Order: sequence, then C-alpha cells, then structure tokens
Amino acid sequence: MVVPRFWRERRYRYSLIGTRCPVCGTVYFPPRSVCPKCGRKSMGKMEEVQLSGKGKVYSYTIVHQNVLGFKYQKPYVMAIIETPEGPKITGQIVDVDPEEVHIGMPVHAVFRRIAEDGNSGIIQYGYKFVPDENP
Amino acid sequence: MRDVAIIGAGETKYGEHWDKSLRDLAVEAGLKALEDAGICAEDIQAIFGGNMSAGSFVGQDHVGALIADFAGLAEHKIPAMRIESACASGAAALHTGYMAVASGMYDIVLVGGVEKMTDLPGDMVTDILAGAADREWEVFLGATFPSLAAMMARRYMYEYGMTREQMALFPVIAHKHGAMNPDAHFQREITVDDVLNAPMVADPLTLMNCSPVSDGAAAVVLAPAEIAKKYTDSPIKILASTYANEYISLHSRKSLTESLSTIEAGRKAYKMAKKEPKDIDLAEIHDAFSIIAIEGLEGLGFAKKGEAAKLAEEGQLYYDGNLPYNPSGGLKAKGHPVGATGVGQVVEIVKQLRNEAGKRQVENARVGMAHNVGGTMTSSIVHILEVM
Repeated sequence: MVVPRFWRERRYRYSLIGTRCPVCGTVYFPPRSVCPKCGRKSMGKMEEVQLSGKGKVYSYTIVHQNVLGFKYQKPYVMAIIETPEGPKITGQIVDVDPEEVHIGMPVHAVFRRIAEDGNSGIIQYGYKFVPDENP
Repeated sequence: MRDVAIIGAGETKYGEHWDKSLRDLAVEAGLKALEDAGICAEDIQAIFGGNMSAGSFVGQDHVGALIADFAGLAEHKIPAMRIESACASGAAALHTGYMAVASGMYDIVLVGGVEKMTDLPGDMVTDILAGAADREWEVFLGATFPSLAAMMARRYMYEYGMTREQMALFPVIAHKHGAMNPDAHFQREITVDDVLNAPMVADPLTLMNCSPVSDGAAAVVLAPAEIAKKYTDSPIKILASTYANEYISLHSRKSLTESLSTIEAGRKAYKMAKKEPKDIDLAEIHDAFSIIAIEGLEGLGFAKKGEAAKLAEEGQLYYDGNLPYNPSGGLKAKGHPVGATGVGQVVEIVKQLRNEAGKRQVENARVGMAHNVGGTMTSSIVHILEVM
C-alpha cells in the first residue's frame, strides 16, 4: 500500500479530529463534509473539533482470527467506544486483560502503532484505547 | 411499471469447487436457469450479475462481459453488467433486473450471481470481505466482519439478555435444513454443543455462528408477468423488490440491536406486495452471522425486538413450523458465495413455491420472502414472491 492513503488521514487519526455541524451541533468522527441530519444547510460549514479521547465501552469482542497486519496481536480486543462528545469510535483496547473488558468500562485514547504492511511496507499509526483510571 | 415474473431458475452446488473457475460456475448456473425457462441464450436481452469482489478474489473484473462471452453471447452484443452491494450483490442484481423488466426497457433478462472465494487463504478472504465495512475507520483499526457482527451480538445480549445457547439454535436449524439440500455446502446436522464448543472466531461468535467461505453461482430468468405463462406453467411473480441503506459503520448508528435498513426495506416490501408478515409462508433470511438473522427476523416483523430467539426455541423456524426459516440451509449451511447468495435465496423460494424442494419442502407454500444484507446490515434488500 502506498504512503498517501495513510498520510492524508494522519491529522484525524493522530489527534482525534472530527467535525461539528454548526446547524444542529452534532459532532461526527470520522470527519464528514455533510451533516446527515441537516444536509444542504451544513454544506461548506462543518467545523473541525478535537475529541477529548475519553469514553466508555459500548460493545467489544475478542478477535481470534488471523487478520492481515494484525497476526502477531491476536487475541486482541476490538471495541466501539462511546465518547462524551457524541460520536462512537471503533478501536482496539490494549494494556488490559481481555477478560476484564466490559460494557461501560471507562477508557481513553492513546497514540499507538496499529498494523504493519508486510515486511517492507509502512508501519501504520493511529489511536487505540486503554483503561482509564481517572474517568 | 409492469408486473415481473421469474420463468426459470438454476444454481450450482455451493461449496469448495477447486475444479471450477468463476466463469465455469456462472455459466453453469446461467445455463441451468435458461434450460429451466425453456429458452436459448440468444433470447436474453440483458444480463445483470451480482458479484462482490472477483477483482480481489481471482483478479478478474469486467465480470459481466466475461460471463456473457462464455455463455456464448459475444456475437449478440447484449448489455451485461456486474452489480455490487457487498454480500447483497445478488439481490441488488435482481433489484436491477426487476427494474429493467418492470420499466419496459427489456423483456427477457437474466439475473445471476457468482463468487469464487476459495482460491485464496483465509486471512486474505477475511480482508477482502472486510471491504464491505468502512476500510479506513473500522477495518484499519483491526475490525473484521466477524468481529463487527460479534459486537452487534455482544450489545444485543447485553440489552436483551439473550444467551449464547439461544443464539446457537439458529445455526442448528440452518444445518438441519442444509442436511436435506443436496446443493448445500454443509449437509450434516449439528447440535447446540457443536456451536458452543467450536473454535472462537470473535467472542461471543464461534466458527459455527459464522457462514462459511463458499464458491457458487445462481441465476434466474425474468419476463413480464403477462407473457410468463408462454414460457412456463409455473411462473413466480415478484410482488416486491425493495432496497434500503443506512450508515456503513456500526459506530455511526444509534443502535447495534436493530437494523434500520432491514426495517425500511421490509416496510416498503410489505406495502408494495400488499402483504403482512403473517402472509409469508417461508423466508430466506440473511444469516451470515446468527445475530444478523436475529435482527433480520425482528426487523421484518416476524418477532418483537429482543424476541427472535423465542421463535427458535419454540421450534417455529423449522421447515415444518409456523415460519419456515432458511429451508435451503441458509448462508450458514447452504453456503455463502457472497455475490451469488441473494440470487440463490430466490432460487430456493422458486423451488419451494413450485413444490420442487424435495425433503425440505414447505407445505402449501404460496408466498416467500428473501432478505439479503450487505455489510453489517448496512444494505438490506427484500423480495416477496408469489405463485401465479
């Protein structure tokens, strides 16, 4: 895979930047150029917003499959995290015993290595989540 | 719009066809459908073929042209195109073919579906199928299709208290039916313990909560209903063909426990067909994962929210029950060659409505429903068919 595909998303992935619709106030992650609720009224007006990275587990699973780029991480925890700003985010939960993960568990985002594109491809970075001791 | 009927149907066996290529499978199913309709390839005016990802699975794009060519139609110069909506590609092709005939643009249309999946190792197949989700904001982070379905299941169990034992009943029923279908990928019965003790794929889903990777193809021939009886004594009328989409990512949805696309496609289909859930004699429900069948049954009005497992527990979903569910074996046991699946569901309903389904025949079947889903229930396509 070539570099630009990952490079162009880096701001949003590295800093958890989403967008807010100035018409209805809904916050989206990943960023959108149109608000699904306000449609045309939101076009050209969506504002960037940085999420706090805080959240709670909305649902999760423990992945036991062989997944390209993630082979050496299994079993790993995938989760959907509910953020106080509104949007839910898909990501891994790490630095935790998978058996301890539960719905409602407080977590926060950290910057981590996500996957590798084989032996010669680029290493991809982004967000994962860890248990939050001070929610 | 004109009424549209199915005048012929055919499919290959589903399974691991190491000796057959993408084109072999598609041509085999297409010719069976033509033979069943009693027409020749040169009678076809257009082809719409469902296929999710031949470009990734076998490096072949331009699938419509390839299949038309190897079906012997290169010199007839008819339009032939691939239709893609992930695992709902087959039903999307039928929806397109339905529009083509209903509109009056074409009379005789071949709708096919094909997928050749077993030429690649499992991790590559998993990665290709993950393309039905959001590649940059779900898959990039490590999500696979089973893991997304698992998160739906986990949340459903949390909200409604469903147990893994209850969820296991769905594959058990599918395999019971698959054991009676000579074209099914898996033709053996399984138990609840087999499901619970199978290797874990994505907790709480074991391998037996997940449909297999299959090769296969299916096809039907469409004609205007008014002339259908010229071709066959037993045409099957398409009463409804509806399609709805919602957010592609699970995380963008308000709820993981109901499918808004299925609810919408179902609502429109009942209205179009002037039918209600109680009028449906059998249903082929998309069960790529047990949880998807559960949310499908509820979204289509066969059970209240959180109560689909009751139908299974009460035995209503067997082919001789009140709501015969996946008499073909469903995606779980009949198999899931993704681009073929939606057409294959309709082939099963045609067989059932014609009283040609052998051991798994549903008694007095007159109205059937097919529910085909793309992605994590992002796209839902519903067809309602009736004996003419």
